[in-house]
Amino acid sequence: MTASEVLAARQIVKSYGNSPALSGVSLSAARGDVLAITGPSGSGKSTLLLCLAGILRPDAGEVCFAGQRIDTASESARSALRRREFGVLFQFGQVVPELTAQENVALPLLLSGVRRREAMTAARSWLDRFGVADLGDQRPPQMSGGQAQRVAVARAMVTEPEVLFADEPTGALDTLAGEQVLGQLTRVAREAGTTVLLVTHDAQVAAYADREIVIRDGLVDGTAAVPGPSAGQHRAYT
Amino acid sequence: MSVGFALLGLLAEGQRHGYDLKQQYQRRFPAAKPVAAAQIYATLDRLFRDGLVAPAVTERVAGPDRIVFAVTDPGRTELDRWLSEVETPAEYVANVLAMKVTLALLVAGESVAADFLRRQRKAHLERMREYTRVKTDPHADVLRVVAADYAINHLDADLRWIDTTLQRVAHLAKELRQ
Ligand SMILES: Nc1ncnc2c1ncn2[C@@H]1O[C@H](COP(=O)(O)OP(=O)(O)OP(=O)(O)O)[C@@H](O)[C@H]1O
Ligand SMILES: [Mg+2]
Repeated sequence: MTASEVLAARQIVKSYGNSPALSGVSLSAARGDVLAITGPSGSGKSTLLLCLAGILRPDAGEVCFAGQRIDTASESARSALRRREFGVLFQFGQVVPELTAQENVALPLLLSGVRRREAMTAARSWLDRFGVADLGDQRPPQMSGGQAQRVAVARAMVTEPEVLFADEPTGALDTLAGEQVLGQLTRVAREAGTTVLLVTHDAQVAAYADREIVIRDGLVDGTAAVPGPSAGQHRAYT
Repeated sequence: MSVGFALLGLLAEGQRHGYDLKQQYQRRFPAAKPVAAAQIYATLDRLFRDGLVAPAVTERVAGPDRIVFAVTDPGRTELDRWLSEVETPAEYVANVLAMKVTLALLVAGESVAADFLRRQRKAHLERMREYTRVKTDPHADVLRVVAADYAINHLDADLRWIDTTLQRVAHLAKELRQ
């Protein structure tokens, strides 16, 4: 492990039932890295992200955050990690429709015990950083997809996570709206030194990152599967 | 041909001499390949012979770069016609990337073709990152953003083709062997 390494995966293997999704993926991300994970549909990008974020447990291999194994950590340790150190963002931001934009952004802070007044103040400043401060009192049903996604980005960043995991965060937006979200997200992450793992099949999105890892058939393109029963049986729906 | 219309358009924006025109060309079309001074003067010459531009001011200092040109009425008419004319979508795609893949499969093998595609993808994406940086620079002017968008979308078309071809390379190799 190098001094600045934040996240590392070593030879991750993951199957769903009998069908392998990852056959031995290794990668390493340093503090502040903005890393794109690309590859064809079904190649295993989302599965990899879920394993790295401590949401799925790999069948074999290791995932380390700040030098500590997280794949073998207890469920409560993993959920504490997800709350404090990780931010996650999906294609549809999954903002809570009943809450205002500001309450949505404040939610992760409230859940980790921050007092309401403090959480709401932080939420407002994060909405401001993503250019949607004026949406504070509105609820998601009144917002455009692009606005709702910016609220979701603000919510993912409000805890100032070490790592932001984003899976096709602009997949549902048009080019200009996507551009705004990505521009702001990468700028804010770079300012904050947040490591970003950005899953996408879109090269224009990947171009916002500093480098790219291509996943093909459950492997980092150009690498070999770990020996074992799952090797070479990946079935992608191409 | 389009350099001629580009110069005509820039002169319609305001009369200027050759050297000025060369600079304005780079300012207005930041993504275009710069035109050589010699080409500017040769084109101005032709536009003048065709009656589309004419010297507007005669300055004392000699030399072609000192003659200020302006668009004539026929020049303006010709420019307006060109501006509203739809371009024929390119009919023959002479794509060197596709040629390399086909030839690599024919004479060098599948792994050479696939490896070429992977490395080409890297180079394309690196170029795309450069344009994306141009675009996300908070001080970027809209002209540069629009030019970067054009480049990014063309690179993206190539990248999509590279990705699809990588997925088809085994099939393609098989077909070419038959
Ligand atoms: N919950 C699941 N149950 C069973 N199989 C799954 C599940 N999730 C994914 N898979 C399978 O695992 C493989 C990898 O899927 P994954 O979703 O990681 O791919 P992806 O690269 O994210 O694809 P896409 O670009 O389409 O989102 C695929 O073959 C998929 O069918
Ligand atoms: Mg996916």
